Amino acid sequence: MVNPMDIIQIENYYITYADGAESLRKINLRIKTNAINVLFGPAGGGKSTLLRAINRLNDLTDVKEVKGRILFKGKDILDPKLDVTELRRKIGIVFSRPMPLPMTVSQNVSYGLEVAGERDRRKLDEAVEKALRLAFLWDEVYDRLNDPANAISGGQQQRLCMARVLALEPEVIMLDEPTSALDPVSTARIEDLLQDLKAKYTIILVPHNVQQSSRMADHASFFLQSELIETGEGKKLFVAPKDKRTQDYVEGRFG
Amino acid sequence: MSAFDDQSQLRGAHLQERIGNTALWTLSLITVLPILGIVIFIIYKGIPGISWEFLTSMPSNGMREGGILPAIIGTFLLTLGCFLFAVPLGIAAGIYMADYAADTPMTRAIRIAIISLAGVPSVVYGLFGLGLFVIFFQMGVSILAAAMTLAIMTLPVVISTTEESLRTVPNAFRVVSISLGATRWQTIRRIIMKEGMPGILTGVILGLERAAVETAPILFTGAAFYLPTLPTSPLDPTMALPYHIYVISTQVPGMPLTIQYATVLVMLTFVLIMNIVATIIRSRARAKRQW
Repeated sequence: MVNPMDIIQIENYYITYADGAESLRKINLRIKTNAINVLFGPAGGGKSTLLRAINRLNDLTDVKEVKGRILFKGKDILDPKLDVTELRRKIGIVFSRPMPLPMTVSQNVSYGLEVAGERDRRKLDEAVEKALRLAFLWDEVYDRLNDPANAISGGQQQRLCMARVLALEPEVIMLDEPTSALDPVSTARIEDLLQDLKAKYTIILVPHNVQQSSRMADHASFFLQSELIETGEGKKLFVAPKDKRTQDYVEGRFG
Repeated sequence: MSAFDDQSQLRGAHLQERIGNTALWTLSLITVLPILGIVIFIIYKGIPGISWEFLTSMPSNGMREGGILPAIIGTFLLTLGCFLFAVPLGIAAGIYMADYAADTPMTRAIRIAIISLAGVPSVVYGLFGLGLFVIFFQMGVSILAAAMTLAIMTLPVVISTTEESLRTVPNAFRVVSISLGATRWQTIRRIIMKEGMPGILTGVILGLERAAVETAPILFTGAAFYLPTLPTSPLDPTMALPYHIYVISTQVPGMPLTIQYATVLVMLTFVLIMNIVATIIRSRARAKRQW
């Protein structure tokens, strides 16, 4: 059964890498539409692996075995008939370190549209402006669109990476510790941005600490050593976790 | 008490540092001196022989007078031919090795083969070209056969520098590009190639430079002792600078030394120009690099 509220369904999912590194065991999880879905837990728990499984970035990695399925709007993402580039446009990802491509600010934003086949310069320019405005970056860079993207500040670069994803008009935006390399002011800006964006998009966020997890989560899932320990409504899970391990982690007994 | 309180020990360390620096400086100077010596000597001896006429006229009087035009043109044509064959093939192979080939025993064997090929003596390539192109494919002793032989010799260099310079492009660019919905080929064409190109060009130029001044590979495949006219087709043999130098240094009695030195100077200039171009490309790319 496809629940329209759950844009992504992960069913009995296992993944093992060829080098035996970080993997996932028996993950069952539903990603709620138009909400901030937080995946948290100590490093090496499998959160990044799950993000990379969802938009099939794992195709680039040496994966040994996959079991179970991931459904995006009811469709198996491993279906050979599915256009994987289209899937990645629909499910964008922002990485922990700002990673602008080696081109200008504007080209970074239009890149995804260009590889999708958009040639019309005017349309591209409009899309660039729209995406930069959505990421609250336009006012800061409108006169530097043709500068190399690494010439703007780290916080601006990370919002550029957001704009780059937004330009593709995705349905899901995944963020893997997007603020871990940023100062508190830039972090606050990204967090505000995510709160604004969830009305239109589904957000999957891997925060870089428990405080950010509890601040941001509409829905939270705790990962520990390749397993999903507990999942539930955001605020509740932090106030009254059911599992002892979740409680210990939330209260800072380990991590 | 730390080591810094012990003045004698500190002085010892300073002294060692000074001796080390001086030794390294001297050794580097020793490596540069012979090259500088050769270049200055050749310029000094060769300059008097250089003139517009020398560069643009045919040799005469059994090559003891006149110019070296056919050798210059021949070397230019051979280098161009080598470029046309080796570069597209070599870059394609390099891209495949860097971005497509899975890490299997087969790929590793190919990589080792490529590296070993770069170490094969050039005369072996010459004999290979004689057997394959000149005799088997019946190209005869020709520009075509010689250019292809040079290309075979240059290929390993082009392949391995292409592969290496593509590998230095940060993997993050590949991941980001793919995550934005680009295909693998789009990623290579729009980002990886663009970033790797200066490295590739540098490798290509250095490979061509070696091909341009090699004698052995063209000895049996395309070089002529003396030709009264310029080549008119790729199937003609040609004169070429390196072989011409060999000929006028050893095979022609009563050869004026000025012509020998001037010819060497022309060839050195050819090499030097290619080197400078390679250096400019590399340093400009480094200044522009965004990572």
